[in-house]
Amino acid sequence: MITLTINGHRVEVEAGSTILEAAEKLGIFIPTLCHDPRFTPAGACRMCLVEVERARALMAACSVPVMEGMAVHTDTERVHAARKENLRLLLANHPLDCLTCEKNGDCRLQEYCYRYGIAESDYQGARKEYALDESNPFLIRDLNKCVLCGLCVRVCHEINGAGAIDFTNRGFYTKVAPAFDDALEASSCVFCGMCVDVCPVGALTPKQGLRRGRPWELQKVRTTCPFCGTGCGLELSVKDDRVVGVKGDPASPVSRGQTCVKGRFGLDFLHSPDRLQKPLMRKNGEMVEASWEEALSLIASKMRGLRGREMAGFSSARATNEENYLFQKLFRMLGSNNIDHCARL
Amino acid sequence: MTNSIGEIDNADVMFVIGANPTAAHPVIGYRLKMAAKNGATLIVADPRQIELVDYADVFLRLRPGTNEALLNGMIHVILAEGLADEKFIRERTEGFPEMAAVVKKYTPAYAAEITGVPAADIRRAARLFAGAENASIFYTLGITNHTTGTDGVLSVANLALVTGHVGKPSSGVNPLRGQNNVQGACDMGALPNVFTGYQGVGERGARFKFGRAWGTRLNPRPGLTITEVFDAIYTKEIKFLYIMGENPALTEANLHHVRGALEKVDFLVVQDIFFTETAAYADVVLPAAAFAEKEGTFTNTERRVQMVRKAINPPGEAKPDWVILSALARELRLKWNYATPAEIFQEIARLNPAYAGISYQRLEKEGGLQWPCPDAKHPGTPYLHQDKFVRGKGLFTPVEYQPPAEEPDSDYSLLLTTGRILFHYNTMTRYSGAIEPFKPEEVAQVNPADAGHLGVVEGETVKLSSRRGHIAVRITITDAVPPGVIYVTFHYRESAVNLLTGSALDPVTKTPEFKICAVKMEKLATAGA
Repeated sequence: MITLTINGHRVEVEAGSTILEAAEKLGIFIPTLCHDPRFTPAGACRMCLVEVERARALMAACSVPVMEGMAVHTDTERVHAARKENLRLLLANHPLDCLTCEKNGDCRLQEYCYRYGIAESDYQGARKEYALDESNPFLIRDLNKCVLCGLCVRVCHEINGAGAIDFTNRGFYTKVAPAFDDALEASSCVFCGMCVDVCPVGALTPKQGLRRGRPWELQKVRTTCPFCGTGCGLELSVKDDRVVGVKGDPASPVSRGQTCVKGRFGLDFLHSPDRLQKPLMRKNGEMVEASWEEALSLIASKMRGLRGREMAGFSSARATNEENYLFQKLFRMLGSNNIDHCARL
Repeated sequence: MTNSIGEIDNADVMFVIGANPTAAHPVIGYRLKMAAKNGATLIVADPRQIELVDYADVFLRLRPGTNEALLNGMIHVILAEGLADEKFIRERTEGFPEMAAVVKKYTPAYAAEITGVPAADIRRAARLFAGAENASIFYTLGITNHTTGTDGVLSVANLALVTGHVGKPSSGVNPLRGQNNVQGACDMGALPNVFTGYQGVGERGARFKFGRAWGTRLNPRPGLTITEVFDAIYTKEIKFLYIMGENPALTEANLHHVRGALEKVDFLVVQDIFFTETAAYADVVLPAAAFAEKEGTFTNTERRVQMVRKAINPPGEAKPDWVILSALARELRLKWNYATPAEIFQEIARLNPAYAGISYQRLEKEGGLQWPCPDAKHPGTPYLHQDKFVRGKGLFTPVEYQPPAEEPDSDYSLLLTTGRILFHYNTMTRYSGAIEPFKPEEVAQVNPADAGHLGVVEGETVKLSSRRGHIAVRITITDAVPPGVIYVTFHYRESAVNLLTGSALDPVTKTPEFKICAVKMEKLATAGA
């Protein structure tokens, strides 16, 4: 174990921990744009700079390991000045269209500018002018808003494994793109959407909830994905009785926040206009709407007229445990063991 | 799965056979891929060059339907080269000599002849698998969707037992269950032969237990499987069919037979969230709530029971399945009074010993719990068979290779195999406004040699026919499939591949042979559509 102080508070952490992890243990806030504990540290954004006694330069808390007796300061004037300067440099090339940006209210750049009182940049010069990429049905890429934190690159390489995107070009022209600057759909991208979930700004926006609600208006519901047997944890964003957004649930022991295209972008079937809304009954060969009372009493009358072995029921690997339990209970209570579902298919 | 998904991170050797996780179980696919990138050994056995092959140390490209010969060949090498875990075999298994006697003739050369996999690769895979500190097998329908599906599963078990790679972290037999709650539906007893918790309907004790809990006498005779129900409709033994949340008119094998039965049955109830292909045959269609519109639990492939929470209201008059079933039960004068899914779950926990320690309170507080979880203090079970198997000793079963029910011949010269793609999930994602326009139609995979032979080009629509039916389908030309094999998914009603598949069944599980049938490919113009 290593003992150090942060802002005068003593803390003990395991050797190999970073200053950021030690600060988190003490509940001391350090801003970050490019950090995610699941990935290798990048030290790219320089938002997490802190002052370490007897060190010449400011240090990136996300990637510098702690040392015995280290004395760290996170709130000095020098630290604040550096963070502000960094924000001014970022803002020099960031569209300030927060009024219509989907990320408004959930944007870390916005949050830090607010915290450090940065409204605009003093640096005037060339600006990035990339065309909006809206070519695929899942997400919009606005590289003008990209702060080059590299979280999307790391999630793609280190979690998904697809390695569809990376930094290309140099200096001012640096951007994140698929190989040969192709469209995402022409790359190895599998549209898992995890890059969207880690983007700290509005550079990557899912199309599914566009203009359907601000982050603070959304009710979050944690649930389990309805597609395959992996059982990933999902966090649904709900507004006005609609699911307007989906994210991986980082607390899920199964998926640890990971998603695939189906769970991340395929849940809009919920609001399909083709959903069944009323019971239907066949009358004179035609399917017509019926009341629940009519439909259930007809089914019950048919079932009452039969012996158990004359009826069969197919339950569902899509339905809940509770519903599968009731389904087999119902048929078995009527004397039928002709119950099955698609497990054998 | 005998192991947990999280245990993939620490795997030394992963053997993926008859599974395409990067498409069918994507998040598990990421884990396998990353483990391989980080240094774990990956062995892939599949007729197709699936994405995982890019990361594999050994690719065993076997002919469809030859799993058992390949696995026997690997076991032969392990025994011949003294790589078996003799202590494990001695202490924890039985039936070894009988199994060993059968694999004796499956020399690498003989296995190579049947499977088409070079003998050297069979040896290499066997050595890597047996020599690992820990090793897991992952399989899905490429093993089970055959007339020899049960044999395939037994062969997989033989390989795990002979190497002692089971009952340890990152070591075991891991079927990746297909649907979100197929594990749960089995656990709940939505099967013809068992009550909840795999307690046999033929067992007096189980019948007494459930009969007392439900206040009724119960039928001791196991019922019919799905495939047998369709046959029994033709013979008039089944007159009433209630289908909740399944779409057999598209996803069953040999669709003409199935659709004929749906047409013929006296009374058909379909309860679903969409007006499916199956609903078109119904007498009554009941509108059901989708997963986000109700509360309940799903059990995933690693046996983890997890909460499903209500986020929105169902559309129109649609209701959750449990509410509909309760209402029907009351209509049938059964005294059912469930107010919440939590109450139903309590009843399940009382009757299913593996779920006895699980409750909504614990699931809310602790997240998911993996069965068996026998009491309220039990933390759940991340991996099975630690000190002993459920039946006591692990049982070796001798398995002989048997050819598929229908093989290509001079009339139908291509072998059709079926599966999924990443972007679609069975037939449900066809209703997604984002996914559907991205992957709106089938693109069947055809090997360049077969395409050249017929003179068809990339993107052309061809006619595919089997002895049972025909479809028109667009093709892509790729060596992802070997010569003589064509791959079609089952997502698309417009090119319903199950019009072609056969109804030959595994004799034990009654699973149809979705993975193999003989077809012919013709140019649409000359075939006259």
